[in-house]
Amino acid sequence: MDLGEINPVLLVASLMVAATPLLLAAIGELVVEKAGVLNLGVEGMMIVGAISGFAISVETGSPWLGFVAAAIGGAVLSLLFVLLTQVALANQVASGLALTLFGLGFSALMGQSYVGVKPPSMGDIHIPVLSDIPVIGPILFQHDPILYVGIALTAAVWATLKYTRVGLILRAVGENHDAAHALGYKVIKIRVMAILFGGACAGLGGAYISLIRVPQWTEGMTAGVGWIALALVVFASWKPWRALLGAYLFGGITVLQLNLQAAGVAIPVEYLAMSPYIITILVLVILSADKSSAPAALGRIFHASH
Amino acid sequence: MKFKSLLTTAAIALGLATGAVAQDKTKVGFVYVGPVGDGGWTYEHNKGRLAVEDHFGDKVETVFVESVPEGPDAERVMTQMALEGADLIFTTSFGYMDPTINVAQKFPNVKFEHATGYKTADNVSVYSARFYEGRAVQGHIAGNMTKSNIIGYIGSYPIPEVIRGINSAYIHAKKVNPDVEFKIVWAYTWFDPAKEADAATVLIEQGADVILQHTDSTAPQAAAQEAGNVVTFGQASDMSEYAPFPRVSSIIDDWAPYYIARTQAVMDGTWESANTWDGIREGMVAIGEITEAVPADVKEEALALKAAMAAGEYHPFTGPLKKQDGSDWLAEGETADDGTLAGMNFYVEGLEGEIPQ
Amino acid sequence: MIVLEKRPQPSKAWSYATPLVAVLATMVFGGVLFTILGKNPIEAIGTIFWEPLFGEFAFYYRPQLLVKGAPLVLIAIGLSLGFRAGIWNIGAEGQYIMGAIFGAGAGLAFYPLDAFYIFPIMVISGAFGGWLWAMIPAFLKVRFGTNEILVSLMLVYVAEQMLASVSLGLLKNPEGFGFPGSRNLQQYDSAHNAELIAGSGMHWGVVTALIAVIFAYVLLNRHMLGFHIRLTGEAPRAAKFAGVNPARLILFCLGLSGALAGLAGMFEVSGPSGVVSIDFNVGYGFTAIIVAFLGRLHPVGILLAGGLMALTYIGGEIAQSKLGLPAAAIQVFQGMLLFFLLAFDLLTNYRIRAARSEVA
Repeated sequence: MDLGEINPVLLVASLMVAATPLLLAAIGELVVEKAGVLNLGVEGMMIVGAISGFAISVETGSPWLGFVAAAIGGAVLSLLFVLLTQVALANQVASGLALTLFGLGFSALMGQSYVGVKPPSMGDIHIPVLSDIPVIGPILFQHDPILYVGIALTAAVWATLKYTRVGLILRAVGENHDAAHALGYKVIKIRVMAILFGGACAGLGGAYISLIRVPQWTEGMTAGVGWIALALVVFASWKPWRALLGAYLFGGITVLQLNLQAAGVAIPVEYLAMSPYIITILVLVILSADKSSAPAALGRIFHASH
Repeated sequence: MKFKSLLTTAAIALGLATGAVAQDKTKVGFVYVGPVGDGGWTYEHNKGRLAVEDHFGDKVETVFVESVPEGPDAERVMTQMALEGADLIFTTSFGYMDPTINVAQKFPNVKFEHATGYKTADNVSVYSARFYEGRAVQGHIAGNMTKSNIIGYIGSYPIPEVIRGINSAYIHAKKVNPDVEFKIVWAYTWFDPAKEADAATVLIEQGADVILQHTDSTAPQAAAQEAGNVVTFGQASDMSEYAPFPRVSSIIDDWAPYYIARTQAVMDGTWESANTWDGIREGMVAIGEITEAVPADVKEEALALKAAMAAGEYHPFTGPLKKQDGSDWLAEGETADDGTLAGMNFYVEGLEGEIPQ
Repeated sequence: MIVLEKRPQPSKAWSYATPLVAVLATMVFGGVLFTILGKNPIEAIGTIFWEPLFGEFAFYYRPQLLVKGAPLVLIAIGLSLGFRAGIWNIGAEGQYIMGAIFGAGAGLAFYPLDAFYIFPIMVISGAFGGWLWAMIPAFLKVRFGTNEILVSLMLVYVAEQMLASVSLGLLKNPEGFGFPGSRNLQQYDSAHNAELIAGSGMHWGVVTALIAVIFAYVLLNRHMLGFHIRLTGEAPRAAKFAGVNPARLILFCLGLSGALAGLAGMFEVSGPSGVVSIDFNVGYGFTAIIVAFLGRLHPVGILLAGGLMALTYIGGEIAQSKLGLPAAAIQVFQGMLLFFLLAFDLLTNYRIRAARSEVA
């Protein structure tokens, strides 16, 4: 055993990569939940994003177009959720689960001819000067562009929710849709936009796995990241920066336990693997004292009775 | 019990009836644990199925069901295939062992072939591949290629199959490079490409410049490519899209010869229950092309090692060998028996760390 | 412009008609999908819906519908009681796993003893395991007001890790040559949940599922507690005035659904499955949520919905092997069925009509 073999700089750098798909999906879901909608179909939207992005970037040779396609793919799938929950007023829990089932199957059908294909590489950005700074350079300034997009998106969502009118309306809709409706806000329209945004973000997260982190296409390759993203939103108590922190924590625990194993530390892997979930439950318990954090209308169906 | 035999008789009667109709074509069923698009384990079995179709043309009909969970679902799918008149059914996951035996009891006239298990019956064969022979070749190349003397190994779960591979690779790496050290990481998943990518990255960061993987995705290959100076080997399939570097060679599961031979045996009426554990010699384990990234002399030695195993002259587990705790395992010149290998749950001397329990 | 108008009373007629409309719509869209994949749509749909029930080998598939449907129904019944009261247990998958671990663990502790009391002890342990796992979110909800949806979901992942841990350690078959997974309970008579009549598919889990349906029906229609459950879901304020104790209701609903999910896991592991292994759970706990909603949270509806789901699973497998349809196509087909069933439910509670121009 030699803990000295673990290089903390590289560890932090690689946990940032591991955390990015989680972060992208979680930020999207955070906005959805802030609008009072619980979409459990994150995994389905991610995997559809993963194959859409993969297919388009292989066909066009451009990873950037791939990511655009992934966002569109995720959003299109979330449109089904919109139809079910906002138009047909179906239960959100059941609709989200159905969405995941459908997405997993649909992505597998789409991806049949892409197994064993290597996608074009996006490459890392080495920001001149900054990336050469010791310690901070490799941690912060030598990543792929999408990782920065994830962080930028977090900042944007935070600022929008906190300082803009759109954010205010979104939160109002999520807290009390009847009151928001009475004030003249278009509850359904706002929720639809939020769900589509969530779908696009999940799609990006999925494509990050299939285009950058792995990169390859195989059926079911998101392997449960979408579900972890759901946990992450709660862990973050619906606050964007905490989602970033949480994503690093969730991603970090995996990377850390692998690091400890490689360094020869005998650790009970199963117990470490369950720790993020247990921590999330503890956070939930602590948060439940603070009633203001969860959107009050989360998961409830809205129908404007004129 | 009486009722059970009643059902059995009914099933046999039906089996015979449908068998008579489909006499001209031999029907072969395949039960897969993953999707055929997994690019690894199931993908290779499905290639074997396609080879059977190619080889026999109109004389066979193959059917398959993919992503079948182990347990009652597998039992139902097998029964269904047998009812529909399959003559031979390949069940391609360890967890299908008991279901295969159960269904085989009900259909004595249908032949079953269970991959990687250990329970046989009159109409149930087991077959598996001596992947550890391929690991020996990998170990030899890895020991020569490493400059940091650290070889990373990504395992799925700590089961005998994986442990055997680690031991074999280690013994042969050590032979050519006494300073070599193995870093072993258990992913605790059969399939999670993202986690495999993480595991590879971690090993590379901790100084490994050769990565061996016992998981099926190409994620470690991509991680190695990004690192630039890390050697990898294809697993399950050739992964030639990463050749000539970082992927310098591979172990390929080639089930086609076995599947064709067993189908032929059913056609000829010569099928018998067998316990097959084939390796390089029979072609079940293939070594993918060794690329020019490997020095010519190392490549030559590796091919010689492969040839020796193919000729049956060399066994990867040949004494003197000790277990990790220092106790004697194999004496000079003694080779490991299949029973010990099948249930291998110990590391050989020199490997560090414990096998998680 | 078309608007929805809430019906004063849910429409009886539509509540019966919508499932049929949904199945028809699925057949049409599924047919298009199968055609795109180059298969004969009529043959494919016929295989999925007809073959298991009335095909040549229906004598085998009909009992299998019970085997596949029973855990779904058993879990969904428990969930539906909570769902009606607005108590959301979506962690049944975890409770199912814990039931299996506890049940199998209790049985294996006696191995190789042969005694009549072993199986009953396993049943109790299985129910206890599921109940215990569900009491975590229940307790946290009652004591701290923690959101039970999320806690129960998190506990699924914890349970999955426990399952991997015991498969590789505590419950590993000592005679299994180092392979993960427990001894096969099918080969341990005292612990085997065998078919009551061979070839019928009827095992104790099926019997329990049927009892649960009847029990839930009686509870909801004839019992004060059932009335309280319905009242809490439909009119929480009124429930308060009627003297409903919300904490007690939460403990009851979550506890019961956990116990039933645990039972389902226990019956599965001691019967059809036989082995505690890393991949023991195949998503019954999540599918049961869908079944509960498809069945409109009504016990009889759940029974039918469980049967329908089981039918698409079994029919889907037959379609795969007979017609070479990919498993993914079956998944998409199931997804469509769920979408349509959920979407058309709208017609039960709402009327669609053309809006007059002066909507206020």
